Parts: sequence; C-alpha cells; structure tokens
Amino acid sequence: MTALEVDAGITLVALTLYVVFGGADFGGGVWDLLASGPRRDAQRDLISNAIGPVWESNHVWLIFAWVALFTCFPLAYADIATYLNAPLTIALLGIVLRGAAFVFRNYTSDNVALARTWTVVFGASSLLAPFFLGDAVGALATGRYAWTSPFALSVGLFDVALCAQVAAVFLVRESADPALRDDFRRRALRATVAVWVIGVIPVLLARTAEPQFFAALTGSTARIAIALAMLLGIVVMVLIARHRDTLARIAAGAEVVAVLGGWFGAQAPQLVPGRYTLASAAAAPAMLEAFAVAAACGAVLLIPSMLYLFAVFKGPGRVPEGET
Amino acid sequence: MDHVIAARAQMGTSLAFHIVFACLGVGLPLLVVAAEAMWLRTHRRAYYDLARTWSKGMAILFAVGAVSGTVLSFELGLLWPVFMRYAGGIIGLPFSLEGFAFFIEAIFIGLYLYGWDRLSPRAHWLTGIPVVISGALSAGFVTTANAWMNMPTGFRIVNGQVTDVNPIAAMFSPPWLVEVTHTTIAAYVLTGFGAAAVCAFALLRRSADDRREQVRAGLTIGMIVATVAIPLQWIAGDVIARFDADHEPAKFASLEAIFHSERHAPVTVGGIVGSDGVRYGIVIPGALSILVAGNPDAEVPGLDRVARNDRPPVAAVHYSFDTMVGSASLLLLVAIVWLVAALRRRELARWLLIGIAICGPVSVAAVEAGWFVTEFGRQPWIARGLLRTTDAVTIAPGLDVQFYGFSLVYVVLAAACWWLLRRVGTKPRGGERRSLSAHQSDTVSATTYPSSPA
Ligand code: HDD
Ligand code: HEM
Ligand code: HEM
Repeated sequence: MTALEVDAGITLVALTLYVVFGGADFGGGVWDLLASGPRRDAQRDLISNAIGPVWESNHVWLIFAWVALFTCFPLAYADIATYLNAPLTIALLGIVLRGAAFVFRNYTSDNVALARTWTVVFGASSLLAPFFLGDAVGALATGRYAWTSPFALSVGLFDVALCAQVAAVFLVRESADPALRDDFRRRALRATVAVWVIGVIPVLLARTAEPQFFAALTGSTARIAIALAMLLGIVVMVLIARHRDTLARIAAGAEVVAVLGGWFGAQAPQLVPGRYTLASAAAAPAMLEAFAVAAACGAVLLIPSMLYLFAVFKGPGRVPEGET
Repeated sequence: MDHVIAARAQMGTSLAFHIVFACLGVGLPLLVVAAEAMWLRTHRRAYYDLARTWSKGMAILFAVGAVSGTVLSFELGLLWPVFMRYAGGIIGLPFSLEGFAFFIEAIFIGLYLYGWDRLSPRAHWLTGIPVVISGALSAGFVTTANAWMNMPTGFRIVNGQVTDVNPIAAMFSPPWLVEVTHTTIAAYVLTGFGAAAVCAFALLRRSADDRREQVRAGLTIGMIVATVAIPLQWIAGDVIARFDADHEPAKFASLEAIFHSERHAPVTVGGIVGSDGVRYGIVIPGALSILVAGNPDAEVPGLDRVARNDRPPVAAVHYSFDTMVGSASLLLLVAIVWLVAALRRRELARWLLIGIAICGPVSVAAVEAGWFVTEFGRQPWIARGLLRTTDAVTIAPGLDVQFYGFSLVYVVLAAACWWLLRRVGTKPRGGERRSLSAHQSDTVSATTYPSSPA
C-alpha cells in the first residue's frame, strides 16, 4: 500500500466515524427538537445525558478529517473550500450553534424561558449542520459544485434522516425506563423507514441530472455497497423490533459505513470528479509519509483513550440489556 | 466592505475570540487539578467545592473554545484557499498532531466533567492530567504553524513549484521555540490572573460571603500560577524580541517604531505614529541599542531598509506592542505586591484586591495585543516572503455578510457565556446541570459530596 492510499483511507475512516458518532449527536438534536408526548422532558434529559460526555470527542473527527484533507490533498481542499464556501459556511454556523446551545441549555435548565430558547437553537442547528454537510458532499459528487441542485439538496435531506435514524437506534439503549425505550424504539423504526424512502430520492435524481455519477453509482463496487446498506436497514428494523438493541447499534453503524462506501466507491479515485483525483490533488510524498506516521503514533494514544471513555459512559452494565 | 478587508477582519475577529477560550483551555485544567489535589490531600470541603465550581466553568468555556476553534480550522480554507493550497502540504503536520491532542483533551475532559460521581476520587483526579498536558500541546502545535508563517521553511520553490518538502523542518521553523514558549506561558498568565481576578471581585463585592474559604483558596491558587508565570513571561518576551531583531527586522522596526536606521536608537513608548516618525512619544535615548546589542553605539536597522510596500502597518504594531509591555508591567507589579503580602500572611488589603481584579482584563489585553504584534507585524505577508495576504484570499463572494454574521454569533456567545459563568460562580448551586424532568435518575446530581475522599 502506498502512503497515498493509507492517507486516503485514514481520511475516509475519520469522515465515516464522524458521520456515525457526530451524526448521532446531530440526530440527538433532531429528536430533541421533535420531543413530544407525556415523556417529552425525560426524552430531552436522556438525549442530554447521552450526548454530554462524548460529543466533543465525536466532533473532533470532523476537524481531523478536514485537517487530513488539507494536509494530504491540499489542491482539492483549496478547490472545495473555494467553490463550496457557501454550504460549508452555513454548516459551520450550525456546528457552532449546536455545540454552544447544547451546553448553554444544560446549564440554564432552571430558567425555563432561556432553556427553551437554547433548546430551539440546539434542535434547529442540529438540522442545519448535517443538511449542509450532506449537501456539500452531494455537490462534490456532481463535479460542478452544484450545491443548489436538487440532487445535492436531496443528499442533504438524506443525511439528516440518516443522523436521526442512527441517533434513535443508539438512544434506545441509553435508558433504563422501558417506556422511554419504547419511545425511541418507535422513532428508530420510523426513521429507518424514512432513510429507506428518502435514500431513493438522490438515486432517482442522479439518474436524470447526474448521469456520470449515476453510472458510477451503479458500477460494481458502489452497487454492492448500496445493496448492503439497504439490507442493513432492514436488519436494523428487525433487531430493533426484537429488542436486540446492542446488535441494532452495530447494524446501524455498519449501514452508515456501507452508505459512505457506496459514495466513495462511486467516486474513487476521483476526489473532485473531473477536476482532481486523489493522486493529482496529493501533497508531496514526504508529507504523505509524515502524516501516515503521525496518524499511526496518534492512534496508539487515541484508541485506548476512546475505548475507556465509551466504557465508562456507554459500557455494558450501565443499562441492563433487554430489560422491559 | 472591501473583499480582502472583510476576510482579514473575519479571521482576526475569530482568532481574537478563540484565543481567550484557548488560553483558558490550557490554563484552567491546571487550576482545577491543583484544587482537586489539595482536596485529596487536606480533605477540606472548600477545595472540593472550588474544584467543582471551576470545573463547571471549564465545561462552558471548553465548549465555546471547541466551536470557535472549529470555525478557525474551516476559515483557514474558506477564507485563504490560495494560502492553504501551498501551506497545507507543507505545514499540515502540526495541525494533524494538534488533532490528536484535541482528541485526548476532549476525551478526558468528558471523563473529568461527567466522571465526578462515577469514578473514584483518585481516578477522577488522574483523568484531569491528560487534559492539562494535551491542552498545552495543542496550543504548542498550532503555534508552530504560526511560527512557520513568520519564517516559512522546509521546502524550496523551483520555477514557481514547491519541491523538497520537509514537514519536520517546516514544523520546527526558526521561531518555533521562542513563539511556543511565549504563547504557552501567556496562557498560564491569563488563566492565573483571570481566576484570581474573579475571586478578588467576589471578595470585594462580598457576593460569596458564605463561601469565603473557597474563594480565598481560588485566589491563592490563581495568583501562585500567575506569579510563577509572569516573570518567566518577561524573559520569554525579551528572547522573542531579540529574535525579531535578528530575524524579522521589519516587524521589529515596526514594534519599536524605528523609521530610520540609527546608532543610539531610542526606545519610544506611545506617541503618535506618523508616516515617517513618532511624535510626542516618551523617548529613552540609546535604550534600544543597549537592549538589542548591549552597546549604545550599535546600529538598529529601521523601516527605511524595508521597501515601502513591504512595510507592516507601523502604528498598529507599535501601539499593540506598547499595550502588551504596559500590561506586562502592571501584571508583574501586582504579582510582586501580592507575593510580599502573602509571604507575610497578611489579610489582603482592599486596594490589592482591586489591583488583582483589574489584572484579569489586563492579562487578556496583553494576549490580544501580543497577537496583534505578531499578525500585523507580519503584514503584508500571510507567509513572509512567500505569499502576500492580498493574493491568498478566496474568490468566493459574500465575505462581508459572513463577517457580520459570525461577529454577531460571537457577541451572542460571549454574552451567554458571561451570564452563565456569573451564575455558576455566584450561586452556590447555580448553573447546576439539572434534569428537565423529575424521574430521570441518571443526571449529574447537585453537589453530592463524597463521604470519604481518597
Ligand atoms: C500574558 C500575555 C503576555 C505578556 C505579559 C507579554 N507577552 Fe509578548 N506576546 C504574547 C503575550 C504576552 C502572545 C499573545 O502570546 C504573543 C503573540 C505571539 C506569540 O508568540 O506570543 C506575544 C508576542 C510577542 C512579540 C512578537 C513575536 C513575533 O511575532 O515574532 C514580542 C516581540 C513580544 N511578545 C515581546 C514581549 C515582551 C518584551 C514582553 C514583556 C515585557 C511581553 N511580550 C509580555
Ligand atoms: C489566537 C491568537 C491570534 C490572534 C488574536 C490573531 C489575530 C489575527 C489578526 C488580527 C489577523 C488580521 C491581520 C491583518 O490582516 O492585518 C490575523 C490574520 C491571520 N492569522 Fe492570526 N492571530 C492569532 C493566531 C494565529 C495562528 C495560531 C495562526 C495559524 C495557525 C494564524 C493564522 C492567521 C492567518 C492565516 C491570517 C490571515 C492572513 C493575514 O492577515 O496575514 N493566526 N490574525
Ligand atoms: C495561538 C493560538 C491558539 C491557541 C493557543 C489555541 C489553543 C487551543 C486550545 C488549548 C484548545 C482546546 C481548549 C478549548 O477548547 O477551550 C483549542 C481548541 C481548538 N482550536 Fe485552537 N488555538 C489557537 C489557534 C487556533 C487556530 C489558528 C486554529 C485553526 C486552525 C485552531 C483550531 C482549534 C480547534 C478546531 C479547536 C477545537 C478542538 C476540540 O474540539 O476539542 N486554534 N485551541
């Protein structure tokens, strides 16, 4: 494997982990906005407690992916930052407001009016950020940076649905209260159906509007990944319905990986289709190697720390499995 | 608004905002860990309450630091894509390492903030240590990137193409050590004085009379950190100024406002900077030649050696430098007076408490002014000698709208942050993370004091 391939892999892994974990945190914000019914406040508390200890480290995956992009593929990075300036700026605004509003809300919970304001900001920005990040990815796939095209916008919508789905699946296992679990079980089922339906839209739109991307999407690698993603969606539903909540989490994560695999499979080795390939956008070999070495050293520290964090706050035994 | 001005204003505002939170992100973990260590040793409740109050503040400040830092990492590309096109592949290494430092910091801050009731006291204290270390490291890494912008190294340009990239040499550009040292110490200066100032203010206002022991302990810990840091900062400042005299003559001439190369060069404080000299400043004849070369006869090169279109905005650099050194003088003075009073175990007089309270904003001013020296002093270059700021800016439209929008966001964030921190500080149980509903048992509970520490 060349350093270029290693670095592209690391960037993709960082992005994927961001979509899974950071996406789940955005999805939590979406469910916070949609909290309803007799257990509305309890739902919000559950979301706060689930996101609280982990959102900052989940968020770093985005920073890391962004830094990896400019370190390893500076030419494509400059191009993307220039032509996707608008959607990325809006997404950035969403990211800033989400993080700040989440913390502010938690520390104002005894002042009802203020807490309500921050709750709305938290929820709205949790929609804004994934929508425009998804839109930017869709725009990238067009090769024309057409971020206002229906196709790109539909990818944004899909991303929001995906975040909500993953969040709901993750949240089921966060509570010991069976009623609360059932709230999120229902949400997880509905959201998975939504992902299935909304996921078809970009594909249909690509068929007419983005023939090149559509051809790539139906090529061998991407096709398998997409079929797998759809299959995993069904698996998630079955597992959730059968109260196999831990397995459902894994399946939902795998589903996201498959979705991103489909996108990447359709695009590789193009980074910006028609403008830059991974190789033509790459930094000097010395930098590519240095990055790979740095990432390997960093991972040695990162992986155990992250496992410890998740073991303390998300580990087994926190909530009894399968309790009803 | 002019396109380049809008981009510079946005970058400058974002950085000026972030640096305050960043410095606190470096310094506060040290203070909190110190307070908790005191609790583990002495088992005195006041230290425990202090650590918990500070850690609530840290949660808020850290979140704002993280989101404002994210803005910056995006803005590097969104505003300066031409720069990043060159620089990304040369100076990306420290940014990548910084990413790992962020991970460690964010992970352990999650453990620290949410682990008070989940981990044993000792394990909890230990989770604070990586936060202290990685905070300082992340500041250090990003500052090496700034050092590179002052003196780009680690590559060659052949026919307009970048070749022979050496990421290690780029990361360790000549100014890296002086800049990293000065910036890291600055973070402890700011946090030490900042925390002490808040406590001094509370004592003056008598707003925490039910918790005097806690507030006094906070003042002492803050002042110890500040009093250790500020003399070191003078030394580091002297070293960095000498470095500039040797290696960044245009910046040095601007910060000292030396327009004409001369022997017996004076130190000029304040004054009105014109296009060709300073009027009404306080002039100490020969002092600069002595400072730079130890000899009043030594010649100090002035701005006349720098082509007109390569000169930084002299007034901005000079005033910023005076602000930093002036602030540094006040900080040093207050630290010495406090040290004397503390060694004599005197009750702190009211005027000294006022002095300490003033040092909070003054230390922020010193940090901001120092960065203005660095950033304005580098102009017109974004990377000195390599790329001009005006050539580096994006072609994307709407930068003025972005500037106004983000400025508004910063105002709102700053106001909300201020309001929350006051509540956390003034109400004994204020700003406690409380659940919205009654039947959620899992929330971080109000002050649950562990029955047996250690
Ligand atoms: C608590 C804050 C603080 C204090 C008390 C001082 N400084 Fe400072 N200074 C900074 C905080 C700072 C800073 C914000 O951290 C800067 C910006 C970039 C850097 O490396 O440090 C800085 C930059 C900076 C520069 C520009 C470096 C460059 O761009 O090459 C010089 C020449 C000095 N300082 C000199 C001094 C001197 C002579 C001081 C003492 C009298 C002093 N500083 C006190
Ligand atoms: C956090 C403390 C900092 C502050 C307060 C600060 C302040 C500023 C200001 C005021 C400007 C506008 C200068 C002008 O255009 O005349 C600026 C520009 C800039 N700064 Fe900094 N800066 C800081 C640190 C950094 C660091 C650590 C980096 C790099 C890693 C950096 C990178 C830049 C870039 C790329 C620009 C735009 C180009 C330019 O104007 O030269 N800054 N900063
Ligand atoms: C010299 C100036 C700077 C210093 C000393 C500094 C230091 C720090 C520190 C200590 C933190 C973590 C603490 C906190 O979040 O409160 C932080 C956060 C951050 N900084 Fe800065 N920084 C500086 C400038 C920059 C610049 C120029 C960038 C962009 C390239 C940047 C990007 C970030 C990011 C992305 C985060 C968030 C990390 C997270 O999510 O945990 N910083 N910075």
